[in-house]
Amino acid sequence: MYQHILLAADGSENALRAAQEAVKIAQLTANSVVDIVYVVSFDNAKAERLHSSPDSLLLERRRKVAAIEQLLKEHNIAYKITILKGEPAPEIIQYAKENHVDLVIIGSRGLNGLQEMVLGSVSHKVIKRVHCPALIVK
Amino acid sequence: MQIVKQQWFGNIRADILSGVVVALALIPEAIAFSIMAGVDPMVGLYASFTIATVIAFVGGRPAMISAATGAMAIVVVDLVADYGLQYLLAATILTGIIQILFGVFGIAKLMRFIPNAVMIGFVNSLAILVFMAQLPHFIGGNSMTYLFLFITIGLVYFIPKFFKMIPAPLIAVILLTAAAFIFHIDLKTVGDLGAVPTSLPTFLLPDIPLTWETLLIILPYSLALAVVGLLESLLTAQILDDMTDSKSNKNMEARGQGIANIINGFFGGMAGCAMIGQSMINVKSGGRGRLSTLVAGVFLIFLIVVLGDVVVDIPMPVLAGIMVMVAISAFDWGSLKYTITAPKGEVFVMLITIAIVLYTGNLAIGVVTGIVISALFFVAKISKVNITRNDATYIIEGPLFFASTKAFVDKLELAEEPHITIDLTSSHLWDESSVGALVKVVSKLEEKGQTVTVIGMNPASQALYQKLTSFS
Repeated sequence: MYQHILLAADGSENALRAAQEAVKIAQLTANSVVDIVYVVSFDNAKAERLHSSPDSLLLERRRKVAAIEQLLKEHNIAYKITILKGEPAPEIIQYAKENHVDLVIIGSRGLNGLQEMVLGSVSHKVIKRVHCPALIVK
Repeated sequence: MQIVKQQWFGNIRADILSGVVVALALIPEAIAFSIMAGVDPMVGLYASFTIATVIAFVGGRPAMISAATGAMAIVVVDLVADYGLQYLLAATILTGIIQILFGVFGIAKLMRFIPNAVMIGFVNSLAILVFMAQLPHFIGGNSMTYLFLFITIGLVYFIPKFFKMIPAPLIAVILLTAAAFIFHIDLKTVGDLGAVPTSLPTFLLPDIPLTWETLLIILPYSLALAVVGLLESLLTAQILDDMTDSKSNKNMEARGQGIANIINGFFGGMAGCAMIGQSMINVKSGGRGRLSTLVAGVFLIFLIVVLGDVVVDIPMPVLAGIMVMVAISAFDWGSLKYTITAPKGEVFVMLITIAIVLYTGNLAIGVVTGIVISALFFVAKISKVNITRNDATYIIEGPLFFASTKAFVDKLELAEEPHITIDLTSSHLWDESSVGALVKVVSKLEEKGQTVTVIGMNPASQALYQKLTSFS
């Protein structure tokens, strides 16, 4: 079934909820791997440099996915962590395509209409353009 | 050779497109920064062309955009007001020479000594100064001035949500300049602040007396410009390194900034440096190679020649609105939370950096003071030595060096047990003071008839101890 599961992570509660669903789905298939993908947004590049040194950037980013890592470890699910850079939605879509991902799981921030217009919904963009099945977790 | 080819031609199509986008985005900013510095808009536009073109060849960080900047404009305000443009050009050339020296002597290593708190203070005070420089352009203006200001801010904020091909500030400039022209709206324009010749930049020696007096006038400004320019350039380079997952040569960048500023000064441009905002636009638009920076410079001079006559008609409130948005995006909004969550010492350093910059109007003074204060804080922090007593064993925790030996000596001198052990397992002897303090304590106690055993000295401390106590 779903061998290569892409779990989009951004350090938020929504991403952790999505991780719980990823656990359930990964348990259904033997030898499945959950690929935790964290996209470092270009828009945050300046702020991240200002608030941590170049040496500790990787550590800070690993910390963002630490809760999810912990959850997957507890359930004995094979996983890996991938850190990408760029605009979150296009990066996730491109990575999914290039790496033949079988399923994308992504949390939804639950924005209202106005917020979505201003901030833009990453999950919507991913669902619209990704080549493989995708699951939005509310 | 392979690397050079990759840096120039590894990404041709995207580099050309992003270079064009950057050139379009540079125009309003270069004009506004010229006005901030108190010089003719062409001085900033020429500077942006020259610096971008030269740095494409000699810079250390491909895809970084350097041009006339707000940080540099703020530093030279007084020089221009007191002595005029020719002294600014001379100061720009001297800045370049200083930057080359910094590059040759490996300034990049010194970046490590600048703590994040000072960087945040630098970025924030720059944003505040850019914002404050806009106030005279609309405070006390007529109602149309305020209307144009707010329409500009609205356009710059909302256009990118729907349309990303052309930079929003340029769209705002074109639409609103046309509107003001067509409807004959009474607004101050760029032309009211200075004449704009539309000739190409030419090579000229600055028209100044070559005397010691001149040097003493421009040297403080050049030093400040060199420091501020390299600080912003190397910070931008680090951000781009991270964004593109690639490395860059920081000392080469420092030298490159110097070369660009020297040539720039001879061609009538004001001192410049790398720009965080524009470099991020370039990378976001797909720019990765040197070609993107070159295209930005070359396309910019083309636009200057084509649009030169229109520049004078740009309404000032439109430029002010664009700069307000530049200030808002330059400000590090995360530092509001930082003032609550970060250690108090760091917050103090950030605030003192901002306060000094705002008080002196000089970014370089604020940064240097911030570095010195945080260095003192650091010494104070690590000079805390914790001494605990377990029967007759004194356990020393923390490094022993010139700033921390007093606490150690004061406490150990008062030890009264006949057989004393000093445990240095969790300590380290760093310098002559620490070895001296240990020798002093031991001999004092032995004079009083007590015996002292020192244990747990690590190999490096032992080596230092032996080196300093062997009198042969």
